[in-house]
Amino acid sequence: MINSLLWTPLIFGIAGLAVPKQMVGWWAALGTALTLGIAIAMLAGFDSGAPGLQDSYDASWIPSLGVRYSLGIDGLNVFLVLLTAVVWLGGTAFAALREQERPHLFFLMMLVGETATLGAFVAQDLLLFVLFFDLMLVPFYFLFGGWGSDREGGPTASAATLKMIVYTLIGSLLMLVAAIATAIIAADGGQISFSIAELAKDPIGEGSQRWIFWFFAAAFLVKMPAFLLHGWMPDAYRAAPLPVLAVFSGVLAKVGAYGFLRVVLPLFPDATIEFQEVVLVIALASILYGSVMAFTQTNIRLIGGYSSVAQLGFITAGIFALRADGADGAVLQMVNHGLVVAPLFIIVAILVERSGTEDVREMGGMAMRAPVLAALFLIVTLATLAMPGSANFIGEFYILNGLFQAKIVFALVAVSGIAMSAYYALRLYQRTMHNRRPEGVTSREIGLGDGLVLVPLVLCIIGLALYPQLVLKRTDGAVQAAVAAVQAESVEAKIASGNAEAREH
Amino acid sequence: MNFQAPEIDYGALAPVIALTIGVCVVLLSAVIRPLRRSAPVMTTTTLGITALLLIERWGEPETLVAGALRLDDLAIAISLIAIAAAAFAVLLSIREPAAEQAGSGEYHALLLGSVLGMVLLAQAQNLVSFFVAIETLSIPLYILCATNLRHERSLESGLKYLIVGSLGSATLLYGMAFLYGGSGSTDFGRIANGIDEAGLIGDPLVLVGIALVAVGLAFKTSIAPFHQWTPDVYEGAPTPITSFMAVATKAVAFAVFVRFFLVALGGEAGDWQPALAVLAAVSIVVGNVGALGQNSLKRLLGYSGVAQAGYILGGLVVASEAGVSALVFYLAGYLFMNLAAFSVIVARERETPFGDDIRALRGLGAERPLLAWPMTISMLALAGLPATVGFIGKLYLIEALVEGDYTWLAVFIAVGTMISLAYYLRVVAAMWMRPDEEAAPGGAPAIAGASPEADPIDPDAGRRLYLVAPALLAATGAVFFGIVPQPLVEFAEHAGSSLF
Repeated sequence: MINSLLWTPLIFGIAGLAVPKQMVGWWAALGTALTLGIAIAMLAGFDSGAPGLQDSYDASWIPSLGVRYSLGIDGLNVFLVLLTAVVWLGGTAFAALREQERPHLFFLMMLVGETATLGAFVAQDLLLFVLFFDLMLVPFYFLFGGWGSDREGGPTASAATLKMIVYTLIGSLLMLVAAIATAIIAADGGQISFSIAELAKDPIGEGSQRWIFWFFAAAFLVKMPAFLLHGWMPDAYRAAPLPVLAVFSGVLAKVGAYGFLRVVLPLFPDATIEFQEVVLVIALASILYGSVMAFTQTNIRLIGGYSSVAQLGFITAGIFALRADGADGAVLQMVNHGLVVAPLFIIVAILVERSGTEDVREMGGMAMRAPVLAALFLIVTLATLAMPGSANFIGEFYILNGLFQAKIVFALVAVSGIAMSAYYALRLYQRTMHNRRPEGVTSREIGLGDGLVLVPLVLCIIGLALYPQLVLKRTDGAVQAAVAAVQAESVEAKIASGNAEAREH
Repeated sequence: MNFQAPEIDYGALAPVIALTIGVCVVLLSAVIRPLRRSAPVMTTTTLGITALLLIERWGEPETLVAGALRLDDLAIAISLIAIAAAAFAVLLSIREPAAEQAGSGEYHALLLGSVLGMVLLAQAQNLVSFFVAIETLSIPLYILCATNLRHERSLESGLKYLIVGSLGSATLLYGMAFLYGGSGSTDFGRIANGIDEAGLIGDPLVLVGIALVAVGLAFKTSIAPFHQWTPDVYEGAPTPITSFMAVATKAVAFAVFVRFFLVALGGEAGDWQPALAVLAAVSIVVGNVGALGQNSLKRLLGYSGVAQAGYILGGLVVASEAGVSALVFYLAGYLFMNLAAFSVIVARERETPFGDDIRALRGLGAERPLLAWPMTISMLALAGLPATVGFIGKLYLIEALVEGDYTWLAVFIAVGTMISLAYYLRVVAAMWMRPDEEAAPGGAPAIAGASPEADPIDPDAGRRLYLVAPALLAATGAVFFGIVPQPLVEFAEHAGSSLF
């Protein structure tokens, strides 16, 4: 089953090359719908009580190099897989409703992107994870560069994309070296194995963990992007075609956060504890910087982009509370943010079509004749600002709860991020939907097709708000396991320092 | 004084003999009028027979002609890579102006002569056969570079290669003299013993010898800072020849590099490992940075070749079985990646008036997808992106480097790869994305037709099977071995284990 989940999009993409031009978008949407069906079936069969991997598949791939083709589902990734399938269906269907240049290639790349992203989520072999992590970039390189828009006075689409690729690959290539080093150090002259579970059993020495930790962290923080490593984001977000940006922002950033939980915490517990505060500082800086930028930007895409920086900062902070509740909240928040930001960018695409500009100052009054669009947008907005009653509220609550108990100072700073998120989310809503309607901006209700794309996505938000336990119940076990190694280490450290103090007295 | 003639196993020498006969026959065909057009066919046949004779010896290592040659799996693997590159070059040379101007028979005979030198060099186990083989492979190449008689650049390329190549050979020979002086033997195995017995390990004269040999080989493998000839020669030479040089010469030179350093100088490894590691690092940086500003695709691939040579050298630096296997794997992968690119360049050179300028690729994605895909795959593979043989190659090399405690060099490879994306992806962008300037693809530049140097344009070159098929074949190989690498890994492991 997990194999069919992974490869269905790719197979549909390749087969789509033979489908007539007018149909290829719907063919691709069918492929993503089928993938979603498989993902739902996997969730239905998911046993939240069972420890370890489910639906796993393990085969030899390059035995001489110790690389295995090993996939599996557990509480950490089951909802991220589902999120990927949902968001991709939305993005693909939205793109299929519009005419695309060279549609065969466009949808092939979309579907390759889905396979690569799913691969990164389900890979249980460290090297396979790195491979899919790098592979994700390739289709998005083509999509951003080939279908993106050049900016006047700014870089062309291909230049902006190149910047993104170079930035993100710095991290991923160092990660490749780090992954290999981890396996070789762990093997200690024996048979090399990249199995994440095997490597987590017996973490490598503290000295090696230090540099390996940063090689991995660099890859994940660039991908998110975190403050100081976000240089590629503004140009790339402005260049990207919007349906593609919806899936990119909705899912790909989460792979970075997921990488911390799947790889860094279990494999490098000592270094994680050592650098906890450094990463927390980066996370808080992302929250503050992202929020401030989000409420000063006038480009509607960048408001979305910087708000993602802030939200991902929250998620990182939750993970680096190094407690089960913080990490639980982080996983829930990854799903929430994906579900919020994907419809947000689809709405942005609709707004840009209606107004012919990406500048929020030139928009306004869009709600007048479009109550349904306004209502949908309002729900998304309220979820973004983590209104009590939304799943985002629960997620942020868990994150802050974890952070308060781990590092109270950091938690106090993080709280301000919630206040700021209310400001930028409401500002975006008001500027576009309310106010006086400028010349040349048309207020029109969304079409049936767009509605059919948006409404299910918004229904997912509402559904999760009503029943967040759906996620929390299934993830908790795996999250506990992910932070267990770190907690064990910190307890040991505490006991050691306690002993030292006792001896001094 | 009694002299005993060495026992010669003609069976094992059969590949060399077949090639020699092939050279003579192809050369003679040039003077026999009815056979004039058959040189490519005869060349391909010779290459095929040689390959079969070599494959037959797979897994049965044997020392030949009193230790002058050693036909083991490493030699066979590298020879097969060289032969495959030569076969591609023959296909790409169909209707190549250079081949017609120089005379098809002569051109192909020279090509085969160079292959003969390569097959010998891959087996060389003795300083004398080493040097004779390296000259046998180089001299035909000097001439082949200059075969595009109407192009000043081609002549310049041939002359430059001759001068620099001779300098490299001279350096190599000087180094050999030192090592012979130190060990009293020309045989690789006995050099190791001789140096050891004479207590000369770490002796300055022996070290000077090692350094000179390393420099001579660095010339041949175009490792920085001995690479300056590479972009110029690559650019000026007829493109099929460039492709052959880029793949085959590099592979064979690395084979002898590995054999000489591990068999003859294995005892000195501690001395040369750090030096070669520094060379590799310099080469990675110089090659990748040099390629950034290039508009000529052949120059770009020349500089990229310098960087790739740096990666490959990493396999020798660690002096381990895994390292040599990784090196052979990378060279085999390099065959696919590079030949896909060169096939497309040949097609576009004949099809557009832009020559090998990057403009020749504009809009290729829409116009000729069957050429654009191989080129794209080739660039992504050279950049080491996943699902291509380039990724596995880098993975293999980095694994060997980390195992051999050269993690810093692995980090260099990662950083170099990152720089390399800037130019590889520029080529991809030219094919698939909107051009930076408004100049429409296909707009004729002023020089077309007016210049005596311009070759006639064949507007259908991009559809010719003999150009599209090699491009597709090589690209398929690059993807196939990226997804199913195990067969190629085993091939490389066989080759790597033959020295240990």
